[in-house]
Amino acid sequence: MRIELKKRENMSSLFSILSPFIALGLTLIAGVILFVSLGKDPVAALYSFFIEPLTEVWSLHELAIKAAPLILIAVGLSVCYRSNNWNIGAEGQFIIGAMAGSILPVVFHGWESPLMLPLMMIFGMIGGALYAAIPAFLKARLNTNEILTSLMLVYIAQLLLDWTVRGPWRNPEGFNFPETRNFADNAVLPRIIETGKTHWGFGFALIAAIVLWFVMRRMLKGFEISVLGQSARAGRFAGFSDKKMVYFAFLVSGALAGLAGISEVSGAIGQLRPVISPGYGFTAIIVAFLGRLNPLGIVAAGLILALTYLGGEAAQISIGITDKVTRLFQGLLLFFVLGCDTLIHYRIRVIFGAAHKGSAA
Amino acid sequence: MQNQKTETPLLETRGLTKIFGSLRACDDIDLAIAPGEIHALLGENGAGKSTLVKMLFGVLDPSGGEILWKGKPVSIGSPGEARATGVGMVFQHFSLFEALTVAENIALALDGNVPIDRISEEARRLSLEYGLPLDPSAHVADLSVGERQRIEIVRALLQNPELIILDEPTSVLTPQEADKLFETLAKLRAEGRSVLYISHRLEEVQRICDRATVLRHGKVTGACDPRQETPSSLARMMVGGEVAEISGAGLGEPGELLIEINKLSAPSRSPFAVALKDIELSVRAGEVVAIAGVAGNGQSELFDVLSGEDQVADAEAIRIRGKAVGRMGITDRRLLGCGFVPEERHGHAAVTEMPLTANLVLSRHSSDRSAFLSGGPLGLINTDAVAKASRRICEVMDVRKSGDDPAAGSLSGGNLQKFIVGRELDRQPVVMVVNQPTWGVDAGAASRIRQALIDLAKSGSAVVVISQDLDEVFEIASRIAVINEGHLSAAEPASTMTRERIGLLMGGFHDGSGHAEAEAAHAH
Repeated sequence: MRIELKKRENMSSLFSILSPFIALGLTLIAGVILFVSLGKDPVAALYSFFIEPLTEVWSLHELAIKAAPLILIAVGLSVCYRSNNWNIGAEGQFIIGAMAGSILPVVFHGWESPLMLPLMMIFGMIGGALYAAIPAFLKARLNTNEILTSLMLVYIAQLLLDWTVRGPWRNPEGFNFPETRNFADNAVLPRIIETGKTHWGFGFALIAAIVLWFVMRRMLKGFEISVLGQSARAGRFAGFSDKKMVYFAFLVSGALAGLAGISEVSGAIGQLRPVISPGYGFTAIIVAFLGRLNPLGIVAAGLILALTYLGGEAAQISIGITDKVTRLFQGLLLFFVLGCDTLIHYRIRVIFGAAHKGSAA
Repeated sequence: MQNQKTETPLLETRGLTKIFGSLRACDDIDLAIAPGEIHALLGENGAGKSTLVKMLFGVLDPSGGEILWKGKPVSIGSPGEARATGVGMVFQHFSLFEALTVAENIALALDGNVPIDRISEEARRLSLEYGLPLDPSAHVADLSVGERQRIEIVRALLQNPELIILDEPTSVLTPQEADKLFETLAKLRAEGRSVLYISHRLEEVQRICDRATVLRHGKVTGACDPRQETPSSLARMMVGGEVAEISGAGLGEPGELLIEINKLSAPSRSPFAVALKDIELSVRAGEVVAIAGVAGNGQSELFDVLSGEDQVADAEAIRIRGKAVGRMGITDRRLLGCGFVPEERHGHAAVTEMPLTANLVLSRHSSDRSAFLSGGPLGLINTDAVAKASRRICEVMDVRKSGDDPAAGSLSGGNLQKFIVGRELDRQPVVMVVNQPTWGVDAGAASRIRQALIDLAKSGSAVVVISQDLDEVFEIASRIAVINEGHLSAAEPASTMTRERIGLLMGGFHDGSGHAEAEAAHAH
């Protein structure tokens, strides 16, 4: 027996719009099965996972704080993925961006200037972009596989951060805890509204999403991105350079991941620690695909994935299950999104029996 | 009774229908192929020939109707089942691995584990028997297109089929190679096998086919004995009206020198690409220069360096309108007034998944910057202006499409090609370079495209047409050159060129020029 995927002659445009919603529904069904087999009441569990975090104002702010880095990174990744550049290393670019942005508040502690925050953000973007330039250079010049190089650079970034906060940047007044100094007030991203904790990182995310939506929708640059993503040969015919696009895509997504990193550190954490991200750079890949690589769709998808982080914490407290369930839900969601997309483009054909013997045999 | 028996067709379709969405690609097709006949399937591109054949070979499932094999209804669910039934097929685009040998390629297509030695032996025997000389241990990459086609034919013959389907088999062959193929087909017929021969070359069909079925818009418009018909009556059945005669009248005296190629050499970019060697050519305003040659002799490499998709080391090797452009990219060459039409429509000249308007922007975003873009450095695309230009092109070139702005991939080959050619003509290029302008395009669209190229030259542009189709070459060219293994022969006036001479040049025999012959001798 053999199972084949056959390309559909006509794909349904209705279903390609519905696909993320079907994936969400299937994830919920899988969640019910999961909770039942754990012996928990599925309704209560799903309620505390997906609804409870939406019922209180403070947790809505938490949602925005968690969604901000996801959206920022995923919007950048959408440029990469649309141009057929597979940047899997946003987590590393996030970390290096956070470290580069932290140079001013940590090394030049006590420097007072209104330029502090803008410079931190710019340093963060430059840091992330430079780190993303490494796999871009390797791909454009040496034709290496960017999936591998960008992913491997994540682990280097994580270990570099770990070493830095335990060694050269450790807080001299911090009782030997592996942390940097707390950022001074002028190095902390302000809140968007006074009543809640949501900081400007969320604002950056929305601005980035709208700007890139406009670029993709209206500008020749956006056209260039899609053409090169769909056919490099046609792109060359149009006079676009696929090598330059490798750099462009990686630098944009690296800069946005770096901005997400420094925003998170400056707005939500207030110092560098050995671990500053619960895997935002990887979760953002799910966000990008769930949002159909459309910057506005990514805003919605970012909020949904942020909810799984909050839900995991809530479920840990209220029904006493491990917060690993967060990763599980994220994985299920990605699986179902990709599965739905595949089945919209292809249909499954099962072929029974061995193939016929050729008469020449 | 005996009589009755011979009248049972080998393969028959009754009311065979295939529906894609709202399009009836094949509509109620009745077709009967008798044992031991060469049956032609004629039709424009988009007429439904490929769809019909794919149903017969089990690649597509019919939406309705039935297929009868020797009078009994059968269902053919896959190419494997088709082969088991007794149907073999030779596709227009070969599916061969260049890095493997002939025997290995044949083995890949067979089911089960037949030892490779047996396959070699069998392939050698068949190839000799049918006059298709083939060395089973040769690497495919080293073979000519004609030889590659023989592999496909031998591969089909190994299955001992009773019906062999050939999809546009001569479109890639030299006249001499085509003659060889016809002998093979005659032999197959003499053995009592049937051949379904798909073509749009009317003379060929008249020469070798016993019966013909003509399709138009997915319907059968005629079943006839092609020998009783004239080319124009066949063409009428195909396109539903007289095919416009191409007229080269009015091509005046050549004017200003617009393209100069001077000692152009380019190394091959991959093991399977062809290096260009010392190419010399000049084209003047008002001329159509055709470059004939068998596929894979450096045509696409030459196109790429002319268009600027590949640049050459020596800027002076190519001059366009007096400017050295060897180091210029395609965008700068377009800004000099050049238009380019590459061979491959899907994924090179057009992005299949994108609508026509986007494909218009593809080649004209810089040359028509003032009309198509606004916002200065922002580069905002003016969708209205682009849509208007796209409608204009579709009207001028008679591009038939479903909907206002469909995806390029949804158009039939001929209609997409009309759009791609029209996209460049619309801006009146001073220099136009076209690679295989009517490859796989139906008669109606082809004559329209050819006329448009001649009209462009009449209006004072220099036109270079790279083509494998000799009918086309003679129809439109003022001068003809032949490309062979990266060498280009001197362009000679079309009036003094003959098919035989072109055939010889295609084979690398340049009379009077010692080196090609010496090299050919050296190679053997």
